[in-house]
Amino acid sequence: MPDPSTTMAVAASGPPEENPWGAAPGRTRRKLTLDRALFMAVFLGLPVAVFVIFVVVPIAQALFYSLTDWTGFSPEMNVIGLDNYAKLLDDDTFLKALRNNVLLTLVVPFVTLVAALAIAVVVTTAGPSTGQVRGLNGSGFYRVVSFFPYAVPAVVIGLLWAQVYDPAAGLLNGMLTGLGFDGFENYAWLGEVRAAMPASMFVMIWANIGFYTVLFVAAIKGVPAEIYEAARIDGAGRFRTAISITLPSIRDNVQTAYIYLGILTLDAYVFMAALAPGGGPNNSTLTMSQHLMNTAFKKSQFGYATSMGVVLALVTLIFAALVFAVFHFAGGRDKKGDVRA
Amino acid sequence: MSAVTLDKPVAAGSQGQRRTPGDALVAGTSHTMLILWSVIVIVPFCWVVLSSFKTSKEILASPFSLPAEWSFENYTSAWTKAGIGTYFFNTVIVVGTALVLVMLLGAMCAYVLARFEFFGRSFIYYSMLGGLTFPVFLVIVPLFFVLQGFGLLNTLPGLILTYVAYALPFTVFFLYAFFKTLPDDVYEAAMMDGAGEWRTFFRIMLPMAAPGMAGVAIFNFLGLWNQFLLPVALNTQRENWVLTQGMASFSSQAGYNVDFGALFAGVVMTVLPVLVVYLIFQRRIAGTVSTGTFR
Repeated sequence: MPDPSTTMAVAASGPPEENPWGAAPGRTRRKLTLDRALFMAVFLGLPVAVFVIFVVVPIAQALFYSLTDWTGFSPEMNVIGLDNYAKLLDDDTFLKALRNNVLLTLVVPFVTLVAALAIAVVVTTAGPSTGQVRGLNGSGFYRVVSFFPYAVPAVVIGLLWAQVYDPAAGLLNGMLTGLGFDGFENYAWLGEVRAAMPASMFVMIWANIGFYTVLFVAAIKGVPAEIYEAARIDGAGRFRTAISITLPSIRDNVQTAYIYLGILTLDAYVFMAALAPGGGPNNSTLTMSQHLMNTAFKKSQFGYATSMGVVLALVTLIFAALVFAVFHFAGGRDKKGDVRA
Repeated sequence: MSAVTLDKPVAAGSQGQRRTPGDALVAGTSHTMLILWSVIVIVPFCWVVLSSFKTSKEILASPFSLPAEWSFENYTSAWTKAGIGTYFFNTVIVVGTALVLVMLLGAMCAYVLARFEFFGRSFIYYSMLGGLTFPVFLVIVPLFFVLQGFGLLNTLPGLILTYVAYALPFTVFFLYAFFKTLPDDVYEAAMMDGAGEWRTFFRIMLPMAAPGMAGVAIFNFLGLWNQFLLPVALNTQRENWVLTQGMASFSSQAGYNVDFGALFAGVVMTVLPVLVVYLIFQRRIAGTVSTGTFR
């Protein structure tokens, strides 16, 4: 399954519009011949069957299991109502993990998007102030380079940075001591409560900036050039143009990007599992997803673990709703239409 | 850094316009920041490549030293002793099969959803859309037992089917928009010539959707190649592991027992295939992202 962020490329466009080629409507209601009926049954039946068996059924089961004390190895289970959820409220480790996820979600998407936006603006519209509005020279190179981490498996990124952060043999401490900061000799970036979380956040930001840069570059290129020309004639500088023209024009993309980065940080499993499999010092980088996996597959408390999954899904939904609300109230929806039309 | 050499000579002069001092300042600052960022992105990778040629002892001694001798010993040891070779082949089989299946099933489903009107059409479409947004963690436990019920737990076919199921919503969603844009007259003409639905799809409509298929296939390849959570939960037998699991096992080994040389060599071998795919297709990747966002 592709990373959720890839899906946003499509999701950002909203519901599919009608045929842009202006040809006759694509959908057809014709006489149902045997050939056509068979065709539709096979073409629709196979994919939907796979989807129902491996996605829909497990979702329904998850909701049920979360209400039981099931351990997985015997068919016996007792329905215990909302006890699992009550237990979650007393589970210090889970609450700590929830806090860590919230912290990640507050910091990582924001920093990533600000950086990605800045790079995108610079490579698309911050070029010379004479002639056509265009980006910096050589911007293609930066785009290719910064996108690359996105293509690397998150596990490998985690592993790679765990080595960079290594107290004794790591690249980072090697560089810092080389520059004369001797205090960093043997400093355990992932082993100190104070440093573990920021260090992990940096890795996630590092890995994601490139994708969102490419996304925003594409979005900005979709803004009609005349608007930029007009702004320039009116005397708007680069910064003013970025704030007043670029940002409002691509706010839908920014909103979707925020939601998908939020989903990523509320999950965060792969990065964290590779950086600090044990959850970091004092569980300072433990996430809900790691706790869920331990509870399910190490402790076999499947019912309890599923209730964590439900909470994770709920938190994700709440987060998405919050982002929608914030973006809705911070500048009405129709503004965008004015700029683009 | 090659960043500077890639820059084309300043083209502004060709239009007979001069650059203002402000331009130079902005350009200078931006280039400095962007080059710095590029260095932060590239240097860790270069360091990994360098370290992959060093012995574990050399790696622990100093992060910068050059290897005493450039040998591929780490690579052979990672490939055979750490099992990266087996994991590599498993990954190729799983990702290759899943990719073909999901593209075929996804195209079939998207085609019918996009071009036929029938009862329940939008219900199926929006269910798929919903499948995109739920965190996999919600279903990971039940999924474990669904596979166990089918006897597919810890088997490659089981993993392949799961990959297909979880890449399907994305594929359908994307191709749906694509099939909608295909002109109707071609379909009508094929029908008129008596091609029938099946032939029309495989001979006419599917080839016409090839550009969209390619874009989705690239993203699916990257997504599936990098998949970690599903195999960790559903494919626990060591001989069936995929690459990401093999790599993760390095980090869960304790302290100094880790064969660091093999670790670095493993990273290089995992990254190399995606790097090649990425460099070949990077234009199309950027294009896919843009067609998706703006129309």
